[in-house]
Amino acid sequence: MTKITPEMVREHGLSEAEYVRILELMGREPSFVELGIFSVMWSEHCSYKSTRAHLKKLPTKAPWVIQGPGENAGVIDIGDGDAAIFKMESHNHPSFIEPYQGAATGVGGIMRDVFTMGARPIAMMNALRFGEPSHPKTRHLVSGVVSGIGGYGNCMGVPTVGGEVNFHKSYNGNILVNAMCVGLARQDKIFLSAAKGAGNPVVYIGSKTGRDGIHGATMASAEFDDASEEKRPTVQVGDPFTEKLLLEACLELMATDAIIAIQDMGAAGLTSSSAEMGDKGGSGIELDLDKVPQRETNMTAYEMMLSESQERMLAVLKPGREAQAEAIFKKWELDFAVIGITTDTSRLVVKHKGQVVADMPITALSDEAPVYERPYTERAPMAGEPTFDKKKNVLSSLTTILASPDMASRRWVWEQYDHTVMADTVQVPGGDAAVVRIHGTSKALAITTDVSPRYCRPDPFEGGKQAVAEAWRNLTAVGATPLAVTDNLNYGNPQKPEIMWEIVAGIDGIGAACRALDFPVIGGNCSLYNETNGEGILPTPAIGGVGLMKDVSKMASVAFKRSGDVIILIGETKGHLGQSIYLREIEGKEEGAAPKVDLGIEKKNGDFVRKLIEAGRVDTVHDVSDGGLLVAIAEMAMPRGIGANVGVAALPDAIPFWFGEDQARYVIAAPFAEAEKIVEEARAAFITVAELGKTGGDRLILDDKSSAGIASLKEGFENWFPNFMSGEEIPVTN
Amino acid sequence: MKSAVIVFPASNCDRDAKTALTQMTGKAPAMVWHQDSELPDVDLVVLPGGFSYGDYLRCGAMASQSAVMKSVKAHADKGGMVLGICNGFQVLTESHLLPGALMRNAALKFVCKPVGLEVNETQSAFTRGYENGQRVTFPVAHGEGSYFADEETLDRLEGENRVAFRYAKGENPNGSARNIAGILSEKRNVLGLMPHPERVVDDVLGGTDGRALFQSLIENLS
Repeated sequence: MTKITPEMVREHGLSEAEYVRILELMGREPSFVELGIFSVMWSEHCSYKSTRAHLKKLPTKAPWVIQGPGENAGVIDIGDGDAAIFKMESHNHPSFIEPYQGAATGVGGIMRDVFTMGARPIAMMNALRFGEPSHPKTRHLVSGVVSGIGGYGNCMGVPTVGGEVNFHKSYNGNILVNAMCVGLARQDKIFLSAAKGAGNPVVYIGSKTGRDGIHGATMASAEFDDASEEKRPTVQVGDPFTEKLLLEACLELMATDAIIAIQDMGAAGLTSSSAEMGDKGGSGIELDLDKVPQRETNMTAYEMMLSESQERMLAVLKPGREAQAEAIFKKWELDFAVIGITTDTSRLVVKHKGQVVADMPITALSDEAPVYERPYTERAPMAGEPTFDKKKNVLSSLTTILASPDMASRRWVWEQYDHTVMADTVQVPGGDAAVVRIHGTSKALAITTDVSPRYCRPDPFEGGKQAVAEAWRNLTAVGATPLAVTDNLNYGNPQKPEIMWEIVAGIDGIGAACRALDFPVIGGNCSLYNETNGEGILPTPAIGGVGLMKDVSKMASVAFKRSGDVIILIGETKGHLGQSIYLREIEGKEEGAAPKVDLGIEKKNGDFVRKLIEAGRVDTVHDVSDGGLLVAIAEMAMPRGIGANVGVAALPDAIPFWFGEDQARYVIAAPFAEAEKIVEEARAAFITVAELGKTGGDRLILDDKSSAGIASLKEGFENWFPNFMSGEEIPVTN
Repeated sequence: MKSAVIVFPASNCDRDAKTALTQMTGKAPAMVWHQDSELPDVDLVVLPGGFSYGDYLRCGAMASQSAVMKSVKAHADKGGMVLGICNGFQVLTESHLLPGALMRNAALKFVCKPVGLEVNETQSAFTRGYENGQRVTFPVAHGEGSYFADEETLDRLEGENRVAFRYAKGENPNGSARNIAGILSEKRNVLGLMPHPERVVDDVLGGTDGRALFQSLIENLS
């Protein structure tokens, strides 16, 4: 047997203290295979060892939550016996090393998390963060990631309905690719991963196992340096065709009652799927690796246990149902093999070529895995009012902002995603939230992903709150009742106390907002060590929110629809310019306090707006977020080229008013009589409300004085991305 | 109208086709698995969009060799109607039920968006419900939809009025020769087109321009 040396321990990303713990738990020196298994199961990626203690503080319950965190994905009740199953997950490190395959397999992985629970995926979202546009790698990464997401999702026939794209220099060496999948199942047909009972066959389904992706989970738990690109062989290669077959075959098998438990083989492949299933079921698992379908010859036990080959699932069947299951997988031309059995020993036993190569207590891989209360150093949130040039022209600033990297249209991106397949996409990308009808009904799900990383560095707590509040607001703005979120927490190295504080404060902020807005967290993923050469990313806790609309015909959208509508602003405008898009794009500064979210007002304003939409009284709504009020109005004018004349009497300071990023605000447009009633009702409810003007014409007119043509605003807005990607324009550095 | 939808392993618009046909004809189509060599007795066979066998090689090349395609060819030879949408159009050219080929989009990127089309030919079972020259909007969603054929074939298609749909001026999303979006077979009983009429039969999805295509087929039989 291989003697374990300190070098081997280090190469496996385990600390000395962790290795001592392994010796205690095993009561002997581990075998090389066992060391590999510990290495992946105790990695940050699989064990959440730095965040677990803090994640426990998040609210996870509500009457409509069927399954909270801990399973492959969270599940909520959406009425009539239907369930929505969703999760967001990162594939950051692989996507930086190999953007196409990294992003593609990220999409494949999150889809498996959802369909392994019995759901048919009905929508995909993604939250992408790239380095500054002028960085030499950015174009290549944008192009690779976008085509990778499209390449996988388009083949699967699941619409990719939206997401977000940001550029910032903090991501120059460490991009973020977070993919979210939403699926639909019947509540009585939800599959979990608990391998309950002894003597049941453990079956392997899907693609064959190769040597790809070995130690991917460990790679995802380390910082990058300049040599990281040499890690390319650890990035897996996706095969969406096989995944499509796997999806259909699994759903066909799930229609029978043959399955006890099922789990996809994601990070740490066969190791984590078997350990997690045994752990949750309170059983043991015995695997015979000779039975594993293999793509390459002479694979060792170590390689098979750690391979992250894609498009594979592990299931535990009721005894005697193997033939029935096999017939289904044969029909779909997929591999199927009985590779083990459940036991009552609570141990993971792995055999290869007649020898036991691993025999370890499963709890050592789960409950006994290390949990760290890592030290953190608080720092005061950035404060202060930034200075700015009060004489700058408002409309020319608007023109600049609309054609800036973070604000320009993402059409170039989402036109590469099939967003209308499945013929249920009611609101396509570009609005506040995507809306996907529940097939054959008039119900719909609204979906959004949100976070403003530029608020999260100066104030991690408020930034976390704001991410949740904005997701809630975006769902509200289309008329949906927000139900639950999945969070994808992207941060730097948790072993640095100042980064650990960003994580702790971020989670606290998310928790505070989720509690106040009745918007529980039902699952998620942490991606730490997002650093290159010691430089951390902006804290980026991406929030994926899902809401329900009972009657999709009442849906609101951003576009102005008629001339002569009164434009109403709901919510208070103090003119908060700190950390705003305006300050960054026009003044070139990232300064001041991040805006604070008053969660009570957030809820009150949102509930008011949602009721108007649900009652069919309002069909034109946009939340006010990045860029502020005038940007929101321009975004409402551009889709159909309907202009507006807006202004406020006796405005003290035009720039903060039009570009401040105060929270909890919505712009509504409604015909005169309705608008008058809305204003009256808002006042009666003590909601801050203002009439800003009227829609009409083909220009955006400010205070009856200056104006800008909608067509020319739109030209800048639409052209930035395609020009940037075709290399026609030297991009502005942010 | 009795219809069937062929299901290849990675077809992914088969359900959309089924939904549209059910909505328009009042009867659910038969869903026919690619390994079945027999077709049920139907008036219309639909080859749906998707990625048939993964399409890692030429799109539709493997599908054209599948068991079911022999029956589809026989159905077409007898004058039965065949509609190929997107990947279905690719399968039809690979099977030589229609001339030409679908190549990679000129911009080398997948493209999904609504595009303006002109109905170029109304003398067919598929298009008689439209006005000649009528402008309609169907979504496209493909990476390889650039229609190509030699000049002689293109001239012939145009001379025989077999170009059913053209991309409207400025709307060609893929670099197709002569803005061709959809073509008819010589006997005019087979239509292949890249845009998706089945995605525009429902008002809530942003348009109903695809309805007239299905309506034409129904009326043609009655």
